[in-house]
Amino acid sequence: MMTAIEFRDVYFRYNEDAPWVLKKFNLKIEENETVAIIGHNGSGKSTIAKLANGLLVPQAGDILINGRKLTASNVWEIRQNIGMVFQNPENQFVGTTVRDDVAFGLENRGIPRKEMIKRIHTSLTQVGMENYQDHEPHNLSGGQKQRVAIASVMATYPEILLLDEATSMLDPRGRKEILSTIHDLKEELEITMVMITHDLHEIILTDRVIVMNQGQIYKDTTVDHLFNDYQGLQSIGLSLPLTVELAIELERQYDYQFTTYPLDNEEFLKALWTSNLKE
Amino acid sequence: MKSFMIIGQYVPGNSLIHRLDPRTKLIVIFTFVIIVFFANNSWSYGWLTLFALILVLLTRLRIGYILKGITPVWFLIFFTFILHLIITKEGSVLIEIVGFTIHEGGVLQGLTISLRFFLLVLVTSLLTLTTSPMEITDAIEELLGPLKKIKVPVHELALMMSISLRFIPTLLDETEKISKAQASRGVDLRTGSIKDRIYAIVPLLVPLFISAFKRAEELAMAMEARGYRGSEGRTKLRQLQFKSLDFIAMIIYVLIIIIFFSLRN
Repeated sequence: MMTAIEFRDVYFRYNEDAPWVLKKFNLKIEENETVAIIGHNGSGKSTIAKLANGLLVPQAGDILINGRKLTASNVWEIRQNIGMVFQNPENQFVGTTVRDDVAFGLENRGIPRKEMIKRIHTSLTQVGMENYQDHEPHNLSGGQKQRVAIASVMATYPEILLLDEATSMLDPRGRKEILSTIHDLKEELEITMVMITHDLHEIILTDRVIVMNQGQIYKDTTVDHLFNDYQGLQSIGLSLPLTVELAIELERQYDYQFTTYPLDNEEFLKALWTSNLKE
Repeated sequence: MKSFMIIGQYVPGNSLIHRLDPRTKLIVIFTFVIIVFFANNSWSYGWLTLFALILVLLTRLRIGYILKGITPVWFLIFFTFILHLIITKEGSVLIEIVGFTIHEGGVLQGLTISLRFFLLVLVTSLLTLTTSPMEITDAIEELLGPLKKIKVPVHELALMMSISLRFIPTLLDETEKISKAQASRGVDLRTGSIKDRIYAIVPLLVPLFISAFKRAEELAMAMEARGYRGSEGRTKLRQLQFKSLDFIAMIIYVLIIIIFFSLRN
């Protein structure tokens, strides 16, 4: 298996007087892995995404994408394989209509017009926005705009998809839309996905969870094992999902045993009735 | 908030004028603006007015709507008329009121200049009423294309225009939000003297500018992430194409111009 993203002893800070955001940072993400990077504000998690596609340049250390070292001369070429969705749905919508926005990335790559039209249709269908081609951004909800942003990125056939807090500015409904879109993409395509988030609900979709704290990896684990050390997570400023907190209280006060902590209501319900069955 | 922007407001439709290529419309209107200044007798003015009125009818827009669209200019047209009426002292005296004399030449001059002005505004507003801003941007980019050879950044200018157009509603929404936020903190935007009201705009503009710059920075980063690096090697989704309708329109327009020049003395 190939390594999609690799950080080797990366040092980064925003300016000379500022403290290091990343200090001797090492990370390996394998091909087709879905990874969540979580951490509180300022833990360095967003910086990782911007470094990975060359929007920021590290002061020291190497970043390798598909085994190739990212340098000033090949950054544009490597960036072609990386799609990135940002936090604010409004500020990444370049086109005057949905169709133009999806076309923007394709136009930049010099894709012929015929192929463009085909790809725009397919990628908008993937995110369920095919009937909105002529809509202008101010007539779309935040969730819809963010789905268009994902379609814009998917139309360029990236090998790596970086989601930099893509749901943090959306209402609960928009968030649900995006998560189900991501879920579908993961089912359909082989793609390396890195989700950067401070919302612990989103990690449910991932194979691997990396917890960041003060520019270092605090924990590299899986969803099932993440909450075994919930005190640790709380101590670095992450708030637990309500269902996990409830499960912990049930264990503490009523002698329940959860094999894994439930992340949503459905899982919680299932854990409850199966635990009763055993008794 | 949005009602004062009627000048240049696009009305979607399917009339002959709507279906013309924006480049055709741009060329016609641009040359028309110049030609209006060549009119020098009632025949040539009449001919141009007829042409403009036929254009108006062809757009199939409500005439009331078009006239309302040029409301802000009515005052200017009237003012020009009055100015010429008073200043021009040619021909026989028509009326004399308290020291002011109104000459025949003044009336004539006032009428022609106002008519000229009216025609200019009317025809240019027809362009913006029947052509979406994006079409106009595309047309400008295409027509200015040859200037790329002398290093005029045509593509960049067109992109700037289209991004500005795309962010107008966003910034209007933001302005409204900020003015509500400031009103809730006691900034009074609606009453007081003109001076007070101008000062009250400051707490509106400062946050608006800050957020616009922040947006610009994020947008630039998003564009870079999506591989934008200038016009080189770029393909285009939007493509303009001259149709037979455009050729016919152009031929008719040239004929109209020829007749116009033969009507002048």
